[in-house]
Amino acid sequence: MSIKLWTFLFVGVSFGTYLVIAWMGRVRDTSGFYVAGRGVPAVANGMATAADWMSAASFISMAGLISTMGYAGGMYLMGWTGGYVLLALLLAPYLRKFGHYTVPDFVGDRYESTTARLVAVACAIFVSFTYVAGQMRGVGIVFSRFLEVDITVGVVIGMAIVFVYATLGGMKGITWTQVAQYWVLISAFLIPAFAISFKLTGTALPQLGMGSSLVADGIPLLEKLDGLHAELGFSSYTAAFSGSWNRINVFCVTLALMAGTAGLPHVIVRFYTVKSVRAARWSAFWALLFISLLYLTAPATAAFARLYMIQSLHGHAESELPSWFHNWERTGLILWLDDGDGRVAYHGPGAAAANEIFRGGKLGAAELGDLRVEHQRWLDSGGAEGRDGRLALRELGLSGPDRDIIVLATPEMAALADWIIALVAAGGLAAALSTASGLLLVISSSVAHDLYYRVLAPEADEGRRLVIGRVVIGLAVVVAGLLGIFPPGFVSQVVAFAFGLAAASFFPVIVLGIFSKRVGTIPAMTGMVGGMGFTAFYIIGSVYGGMPDWCFGIGPQGIGVVGMLINFALALLLTPFSAPPSDTVRAMIDTIHEPEGAGPGLVIEAAPER
Amino acid sequence: MSSRAPQQGEIDVRDPRIAQAIERYWRRNLRVMGVLLAIWALAGLGCGVLFADALNRFRLGGFPLGFWFAQQGSIAIFVLLILVYALRLNRLDDAHHRELERIRHDDAARNGARGGGA
Repeated sequence: MSIKLWTFLFVGVSFGTYLVIAWMGRVRDTSGFYVAGRGVPAVANGMATAADWMSAASFISMAGLISTMGYAGGMYLMGWTGGYVLLALLLAPYLRKFGHYTVPDFVGDRYESTTARLVAVACAIFVSFTYVAGQMRGVGIVFSRFLEVDITVGVVIGMAIVFVYATLGGMKGITWTQVAQYWVLISAFLIPAFAISFKLTGTALPQLGMGSSLVADGIPLLEKLDGLHAELGFSSYTAAFSGSWNRINVFCVTLALMAGTAGLPHVIVRFYTVKSVRAARWSAFWALLFISLLYLTAPATAAFARLYMIQSLHGHAESELPSWFHNWERTGLILWLDDGDGRVAYHGPGAAAANEIFRGGKLGAAELGDLRVEHQRWLDSGGAEGRDGRLALRELGLSGPDRDIIVLATPEMAALADWIIALVAAGGLAAALSTASGLLLVISSSVAHDLYYRVLAPEADEGRRLVIGRVVIGLAVVVAGLLGIFPPGFVSQVVAFAFGLAAASFFPVIVLGIFSKRVGTIPAMTGMVGGMGFTAFYIIGSVYGGMPDWCFGIGPQGIGVVGMLINFALALLLTPFSAPPSDTVRAMIDTIHEPEGAGPGLVIEAAPER
Repeated sequence: MSSRAPQQGEIDVRDPRIAQAIERYWRRNLRVMGVLLAIWALAGLGCGVLFADALNRFRLGGFPLGFWFAQQGSIAIFVLLILVYALRLNRLDDAHHRELERIRHDDAARNGARGGGA
């Protein structure tokens, strides 16, 4: 059976499963639609949270990032897992005890302000849409690379599937589908990693294999990588802090990712779906355990792929290049522009010799074609005519292969079986779809519950609210699909900064809201606006305005930490000068501190009705 | 969500014994949280980032130690931290629950005795 046939089989079977689950999990009330009737067992919720969390970026791009960054890639690993510790200890049990449906619910009720609720709604929608656009794009890319259909067709197929299970089942349908998607994506990630680890090091467990010696020459893998990196002019793979990734930047980015993770609405909302406070704690544990299966394997995959990448390309002639190179060359993820000696030279910025391996980036097929023709003329004429394509690509910052190739092509690099390669496609789709559906539900609940029901039409009955919820999620799927087909340029950049913004806005407000009975509306809102304003200003200024990193040399990715400190500082400094929260709110805080349902206070199931 | 008198099955926070029990529970909770967050910061931000270059001079099997913390060790420690938190806090909840039950039981016994005497 060919790779394509296997891919059709895996994708078909997995999509069919999702639809069957959707039909079995359809719901009839808003509690089922928004929080799955609060009946999800902790293990299943942990699995669903893991699938929700691990996006197309985690599945496809993260190992590639680590592979090119070496040690500094660890900040993504630590940031995106360490955030769960904050979430589990500082937020999850208390928000579950609070017991409403959404994050804006908490902000609005705790700070007794419709403005605060609306700001939270706007943030939740903004973050979710920028995120979901990337997921839909990911679906389209996987379809187009593995099944050779148009990206648009791929996005439309993905949209149709999400549309069915999200509108039918709401959170319930989404949760149980995510449980299935978790299994698809984790096996698609682990099976190739185990196979490659065994092949390279003789140790099947990738986490150990990464620290073992190579079968081929007995040299420890990481030592070999460090040696190759030094030889070819790349910065060391294992040494800490090189170039712009100095101590303060790695520290700030790691912390911003951690606090941002804990402040992202689609993650927080998962802890509303379990039965009790106790289950919320277990659920956080299961979630991180399931996430860590992928996050502990990704760095190993990254190191293995790095070795394959260098060894199978550098110094080889055209005829010796492996077939995966030719397959992926067509997609523009990897390009080779020779200097005329007929052998590939793959070098880093520290080498005297010129690098010949590039990626196409955002250049279209026509532009790349022209570039190659001009480059060939330049070679043939000995530099008299045409243009050196390597210089052009280097100026565009397109040196080295695209990072997405690492996960997508590693099974081919290691010459694994066709069915394993096909499994990776189904895994990428599962990762993208599961995250997209979780985000769409946040958008739907923000609009239909927080905006429509809580602010605009509090008298709406159950049936009407359910209809509105379904309509909004349907519309959101369509908008997300359109954003995936026509991706606005800012999306990829914004996603990288969403964590900084979440860290500087939601995280401090929620933590103070839970742990302080004294912080009132005005200090909290001033802190939120100040922290987020500073962060947004710094990011926009340095990414678009060419502003230097004047704040202790911290780059835009890590600046959310400073924004978070500003937020906390403003809120705490203003608190002594402003009114404390009302007695109602103080009673509510007492209630969420206490696991037993100490009264007087809110009864959880009746809470949404006030 | 307005303040109202406690109903059947709820507990009355105006009772000083109950207020005390809640206060004790909350302090214990904060202590567990503080210790675990300190370990979190030390493992992730400390060993994984701040001291990574110093730790890299040592080796753990085939790994430089700082690199291992950044890409493996800290993540495994995070998982364990949440496990310990869930176990400790759920046990704390149980103890708290038993304490409240005892207060409720005492009250019921006293009310029962008074009822019998009337």
